[in-house]
Amino acid sequence: MPGDSLKANLNTKGVQQNSFDAIVIGSGISGGWAAKELCEAGLKTLVLERGRNVVHNKDYPTANKAPWEFPHANRMTKEFIDANPLITRAAGFGEDTAHFFIKDNDHPYVQEKPFNWVRGYQVGGKSLTWGRACQRWSPFEFTAPERLGYGMNWPIGYDDIAPWYSHVEKFIGVCGNKDGLESMPDGEFLPPFDLNCVEQHMQKTIKEHFGRYLVQGRWAHVTEAKEIHTQQGRTRCQSRNLCMRGCPFGGYFSSVSSTLPWAERTGNLTIRPFSVVHSIIYDEKQGKAIGVRVIDTNTKQAIEYFTRIIFVNASALNSNLILLHSTSSRFPDGLGNDSGLLGKYVMFHNYRAFASADIEGFEDKYFWGKNPTETIIANYRNLHKQDTDYVGGFTTFSGAYRSTPKEEDMEETIGGSYKDEMGEPGPWGVYMYLQGETIAKESNHVRLSKDKTDQWGIPQLVTSVGYDDNDDKMVKDFLEQSVAMLEKAGGKNIFHNDSKQPPGLDIHEMGGCRMGKDPKTSLLNEWNQLHHCKNVFVTDGACMTSTGNQSPSILYMALTARAVNHAVDEMKKKNL
Amino acid sequence: MTRKEAVQYISLLLGGSLVGANSFLAGCKATDKKALHGDDSAYLDEIAETILPETKTPGAKAAKVGSFMVLMVNDCYDEKEQAIFREGMQKINDQAKSKSGKEFTAITPQQRHELLVQIDNEQKQYMKNKKEEEPVHYFRMMKELTLLGYFTSEPGCTKAKRYMPVPGKYIGCVPYTKGEKAIV
Repeated sequence: MPGDSLKANLNTKGVQQNSFDAIVIGSGISGGWAAKELCEAGLKTLVLERGRNVVHNKDYPTANKAPWEFPHANRMTKEFIDANPLITRAAGFGEDTAHFFIKDNDHPYVQEKPFNWVRGYQVGGKSLTWGRACQRWSPFEFTAPERLGYGMNWPIGYDDIAPWYSHVEKFIGVCGNKDGLESMPDGEFLPPFDLNCVEQHMQKTIKEHFGRYLVQGRWAHVTEAKEIHTQQGRTRCQSRNLCMRGCPFGGYFSSVSSTLPWAERTGNLTIRPFSVVHSIIYDEKQGKAIGVRVIDTNTKQAIEYFTRIIFVNASALNSNLILLHSTSSRFPDGLGNDSGLLGKYVMFHNYRAFASADIEGFEDKYFWGKNPTETIIANYRNLHKQDTDYVGGFTTFSGAYRSTPKEEDMEETIGGSYKDEMGEPGPWGVYMYLQGETIAKESNHVRLSKDKTDQWGIPQLVTSVGYDDNDDKMVKDFLEQSVAMLEKAGGKNIFHNDSKQPPGLDIHEMGGCRMGKDPKTSLLNEWNQLHHCKNVFVTDGACMTSTGNQSPSILYMALTARAVNHAVDEMKKKNL
Repeated sequence: MTRKEAVQYISLLLGGSLVGANSFLAGCKATDKKALHGDDSAYLDEIAETILPETKTPGAKAAKVGSFMVLMVNDCYDEKEQAIFREGMQKINDQAKSKSGKEFTAITPQQRHELLVQIDNEQKQYMKNKKEEEPVHYFRMMKELTLLGYFTSEPGCTKAKRYMPVPGKYIGCVPYTKGEKAIV
């Protein structure tokens, strides 16, 4: 094992100095929440982050840049794209955000099947660049896999997580409308963003002709700053729609703008950037994990930190990697992996399908400001029962906007009147895209490479994750239905496309360390504890039992807060 | 994830994807040799200014679109695209000469306008009929970069569009009268 050589040059400065009450691996959206809740409970907490530090408003180099301050109009150079064919495909990647993503060659992995693994290695992780959609799962999603025969039940249901959704929503600030939909439950919402006039038109048409609900999504934007937000130093969203650069106003939620500084203020937080986790240390005698072995990326030194409990929030696939690499004579195949299922049942969201159309009319209507949100057509498939030739549901993200004027509508396409006209808003367009549930399958898995290592000597991850026939059928149905809705709404020049993009670009990879009641078929219990190593909690995307059809980040946050609460209770009872 | 930014970007300008946007698929090698040089920018400024001339608002030349084109062709185009662009610059000048015996930069703004209208029509015809694997017309490249450069420049954003760096709020539905500028 590549890790064995570490023992020779281990630089442990003494257990005392390197001891904490809790260690959190990862500072992204769920790690930040673990840190906040643990520190608030009075636990001395160490957050390990493999990338550099990012401080709110200090390390947002592009946040206030004007369009003309990007030399290539926000496009990447050919040289950069050639060197980074993978990461440059990530949603929102450009000259303005490149510093919040990795570079391909720094972090190799093995794609047994095409899988574009999008990563952002810095304090805050991908919470800086996330899409901000915060819909709750419905009760149907927790039960559908077993009820409709395509998977395993969650060990928890909607009622277990609902109070924790509320807890998270109030703190991070989620705007949305209370729509009373069974497929998309309401929560603790701040005022929603408006629908524009064409979105209102779509809403009316789709309701009238299809009985479906186009509503505002729920977004992690502070549309009205409550006391809890001003306490965090955050103010109202200014509708700049430049979120992914980091927001000077703290208008959207990220670990960097919210949970981490909050945790820091308790005096209980230590963040250690530049710390790649090598493995979790398991003590055979005590029968529990006792610490974490990291490699300092600057000095390449190995250092050990000791603790009572560990939260693994390294991002779904990296959490799998760490656990698989944490071997001992008790756990030769990875920490807690008696079932042999660690790394298996990896899932993602199906983002392949896109449809759009021009909408005639409404030329006398426009909008004011820049909308950072999108509308949603709530899932209308396979809710109470299976009503299609595939299983799983989907969310449709959509929106309407005024595009650039079209040349075919103009008399002159060279000269002064052309220039003036190109400076005006063009005709309305509307688009819809798929966020589809995928089925948990044992064959979709990740594992450690036997021969390839990264620059720290840690085995590379092998991804073997792909689509199946169910995904193809869903894409087909989504496109047919979307085109039908666009037609009814008076859409012209209707375009639809199956991009066949590899999984991963959805940036919703999940599973591999799933929750479940039975230790034979799952890794984690109903509190996100490893069944066989109870002081290790996994509360990022790795814990997912199924994917549902809603954006997952807020569920990770809610599960994390719930798990910390349980951990603290158990520590008080001396069970941990 | 929201793809709003991406969707708007695709629909930007002339429709369809931008030249060079997917050039990495071709896997061309990066080269140190620059296709265009700083002194090409004066000539490209004149082409850009003819496409987007000064009106009540500044033109492409004031927005330094010529040097933007030099940078973009060098940094974002592959070698084939660069060659097409370079030859296109020559073709425009050759046509100016064969029509009026003078270089493009020496003919009147009206003559330049007429010439580029004619080339633009050829471009549209070519783009409409071309097979997918056939290259993009050089003038399409020039027009695309002119629009991109101009409308992301300071004069383009602040004078030819309504630049709103910090709107403060979003109102979904407001009346619009033809002639009002687009929000950027």
